[in-house]
Amino acid sequence: MSGRLGRFLVGLPAYAWLVAFFLIPFLIILKISLSEPAAGIPPYLPLWSHDEVENLRFHLAFGNYLSLFGDELYAFAYFNSIRIAGIATLGCLLIGYPAAYAIARSPAAWRQSLLLLVALPFWTSFLIRVYAWIGILKPEGLLNALLLWLGVISEPLQILQTDLAVIIGMTYSYLPFMVLPLYATLEKMDLSLLEAAADLGCRPFRAFLAVTLPLSMPGIVAGSLLVFIPAVGEYVIPDLLGGPDTLMIGKVLWAEFFDNRDWPVASAVAVAMLVLLVAPIMIIQNARAKAEGRKR
Amino acid sequence: MMLYSLLALAYAFLYLPIVVMIVFSFNASNLVTVWGGFSTKWYGELLHDQKVLDAAWLSLKVAMTSATLSTVLGTLAAVALVRFHRFTGRTLFTGMVTAPLVMPEVITGLALLLLFVAMEHAFGWPAGRSMTTIVIAHTTFSLSFVTVVVRSRLAQMDASLEEAAMDLGARPLRVFMTITLPLIMPALLAGWLLAFTLSIDDVVISAFVSGPGATPLPIVIFSKVRLGVNPEINALATIVVALVGIAMAIAGRVALGREQSRRV
Repeated sequence: MSGRLGRFLVGLPAYAWLVAFFLIPFLIILKISLSEPAAGIPPYLPLWSHDEVENLRFHLAFGNYLSLFGDELYAFAYFNSIRIAGIATLGCLLIGYPAAYAIARSPAAWRQSLLLLVALPFWTSFLIRVYAWIGILKPEGLLNALLLWLGVISEPLQILQTDLAVIIGMTYSYLPFMVLPLYATLEKMDLSLLEAAADLGCRPFRAFLAVTLPLSMPGIVAGSLLVFIPAVGEYVIPDLLGGPDTLMIGKVLWAEFFDNRDWPVASAVAVAMLVLLVAPIMIIQNARAKAEGRKR
Repeated sequence: MMLYSLLALAYAFLYLPIVVMIVFSFNASNLVTVWGGFSTKWYGELLHDQKVLDAAWLSLKVAMTSATLSTVLGTLAAVALVRFHRFTGRTLFTGMVTAPLVMPEVITGLALLLLFVAMEHAFGWPAGRSMTTIVIAHTTFSLSFVTVVVRSRLAQMDASLEEAAMDLGARPLRVFMTITLPLIMPALLAGWLLAFTLSIDDVVISAFVSGPGATPLPIVIFSKVRLGVNPEINALATIVVALVGIAMAIAGRVALGREQSRRV
């Protein structure tokens, strides 16, 4: 057919859309992160201007970045986000691995339904599932009522508005993202390898450590990334379940933007988050994809 | 056996909070954690809350529009990525399609709002935050999810069917409409459903790009929830869960019927 033109027309709409609404917005963030804050709408000064003799003048303000590195609050929020997201990822792995393993080894006729049961909560509202935990975790909530009734504790525990509540909420919300990739690798595994290990006198637990665990590593990595990356930037869960001192980077960005109306600093936080979090992950993913490509 | 009890525990962890919420939506008491007898009064109050109803209607319109737009754009992107191996800027294109999948929502939201503000400053459009800005934002992040779903289906498809049609003289557009499209239809439906769900549930990006005149349902729920647990929200949540359950049951039936008719 009119080959080149046809191809051009197929690719163009999505390409143009993404350049306009994905690429350009990031360039704007980059630009505003280098602008001076100002009172007014929009609350920042232009990056360049022409003076009387029409010389182009740049007003680059690296102050926004300097204040990020100078203020302990940002560094603390950043490391706290990584810590909380890391623990939640571990929590998902501890609950998700046995679940995925059990589903992968269950009778073939059940697997689809069991898997659907894991994915189903994902299709109901995320916000509502986080909200459900407020009623359970608060001081007069169901968990405390149950523990008091059992006599485990003598007065209500303060769980809501702590980091623990945020970790529970994240583990709960992101569990399906861990189970699905784990299941995919565990289900593909060649079971005759385990038989061979048993024939050679290997105990089941050792066979698990020596055979199953290394073979399921791609699933563990994929699931962990799917949980960890969104968890680091999470805003809704720390806002609803965490307390005022649960500092996370997503919450800081939100507060700089909506409460302090400091657009340049909010943009600088976004750029720092991208460089420190997303860039290393993309480089690792690229290297892995290339290594796999070479193997083939 | 121990393995299956661990699995049962995982299911309990996933479903208990939802069950608790549903039970307490029928609680007559104002106190959310004390049982005061069965009642449906919160559902009645919900139906008279004009703010909630308006927000729900807006969310529905936004989700339908953005799901449809992102399905069209995402399918075209998937076709371009799977069928055309070389074109100018392919690396950039692949990057732009996959990046939104891992991008923290606060960054996407901030980026889009800054774009809208800059555009309004430069061309006077879009005027303020409205349904249009929410639709554009939701389409942008849903597009990537649709592309992933359709792309994997296209990659698995038997290309010889398309080649046979071409050999018989069918033009590319006709091949796409009569061969490719029917074969990838399940993926398009799945992608549309995914985009719809992502849109109707989104809080963070909507918070950046919505304005006083256009407040979608999750933003209304979020501002109510921030003030504490509220039995009306329990009722609303129960309705959402019921709707999702029904939709999934229908989708399951359709998929099952398709599977059976294929076997015959």
